[in-house]
Amino acid sequence: MTPRTIKTALAATALLGFAFSGAAIAEPADDSLVIDGTEIVTKAAPAAHLDGALPELYSGWLFRDTETRAMEADDFDNPGMIFADRGLDSWNAVDGTEGKSCASCHEGPEAMKGLRAVTPRVDAKSGKLMNVEAYVNDCRTTRMGAEAWGDKSDKMTDMLALISVQSRGEIMNVAIDGAAAPFFEKGKEMYYTRYGQLELSCANCHEQNYGNYIRSDHLSQGQTNGFPVYRLKDASLTTPQQRFVGCVRDTRAETFKIGSDEFNALELYVAARGNGLAVEGVSVRN
Amino acid sequence: MANDVKPRVKVPKSAKAGEAVVLKTLISHPMESGQRKDKDGNLIPRSIINRFTCDFNGKNVIDVTLEPAISTNPYIEFEAMVPEAGEFKFTWYDDDGSVYEDSKPIAIA
Repeated sequence: MTPRTIKTALAATALLGFAFSGAAIAEPADDSLVIDGTEIVTKAAPAAHLDGALPELYSGWLFRDTETRAMEADDFDNPGMIFADRGLDSWNAVDGTEGKSCASCHEGPEAMKGLRAVTPRVDAKSGKLMNVEAYVNDCRTTRMGAEAWGDKSDKMTDMLALISVQSRGEIMNVAIDGAAAPFFEKGKEMYYTRYGQLELSCANCHEQNYGNYIRSDHLSQGQTNGFPVYRLKDASLTTPQQRFVGCVRDTRAETFKIGSDEFNALELYVAARGNGLAVEGVSVRN
Repeated sequence: MANDVKPRVKVPKSAKAGEAVVLKTLISHPMESGQRKDKDGNLIPRSIINRFTCDFNGKNVIDVTLEPAISTNPYIEFEAMVPEAGEFKFTWYDDDGSVYEDSKPIAIA
């Protein structure tokens, strides 16, 4: 081999090397999610209230690997769907002193269609900030005469799965004006506040570094449109606020409690960041 | 022991006679291995699905022994030949003696 050809060969290798590393890092997958013949919006233009913080919205689905994405695209392979089935059993089960089940008033779970896409929201009647968990427990305690479920109990996450699936494909549209405005502002402030010994804010990872790797994990934008999510590492469902606890803990901070005013406001803000993406029902993530 | 165990199966609605079809099964179960300890250091007793069977029109298709290392919510996928129209019956046996069943009909197209 002459010196010249060696040089060329080296240059070619270097180029190839760059091409490969370019493909291996960053960038969400170029893929589309179709469940049961319905296309689910996983990429969208950001809403005006994001003030250009993100150039485009990406569902966390696009940051997972091929096998995990395929698992969510099939309702049988998606292990989270069995919990929606179990939620249906709870839906029809009579509980509490009033002798009622969810079905006694609402009939089928289809009655919950659309709820997941607009929550958390400020309830028109009570003026309280409510997420789906709060609505479920409100119904249980005030109308069924039953005990409230724990926010991360199996019963609750099963029910969240069932209710979310009813809104599958609907576009997230959480209100941020009127009564919701102070919660939006509070959530926004939290999102950009650095917490813990590591002094990390939500934005440090999910706004400034999505697409990059943190340890061996591909950072997403931290969108909540896919929740409740079946996490393969837990083999169970996780709610947005459970995920917040995990994230804040990972900054080595004392976390807020699930259902606290802080996390309720943050949940509204993060959900509003995803306005434009579709509800996935029960998503699958690692 | 294990509460709220829910089986789920997927069987095609129809098949050609003599065709092999793919059957998928999933059951929600913690599959507690018996190796783990609780906060106080006491061993958490083993509680798993130890056997899974599938029968077609009374004839056995598959009989699986499950061991403690199998993870939560065991998923079993296999193929079966369908000679005639009939019903697949799926049975899971729990350590605590519970038996969970599900069945799905299949037609000949």
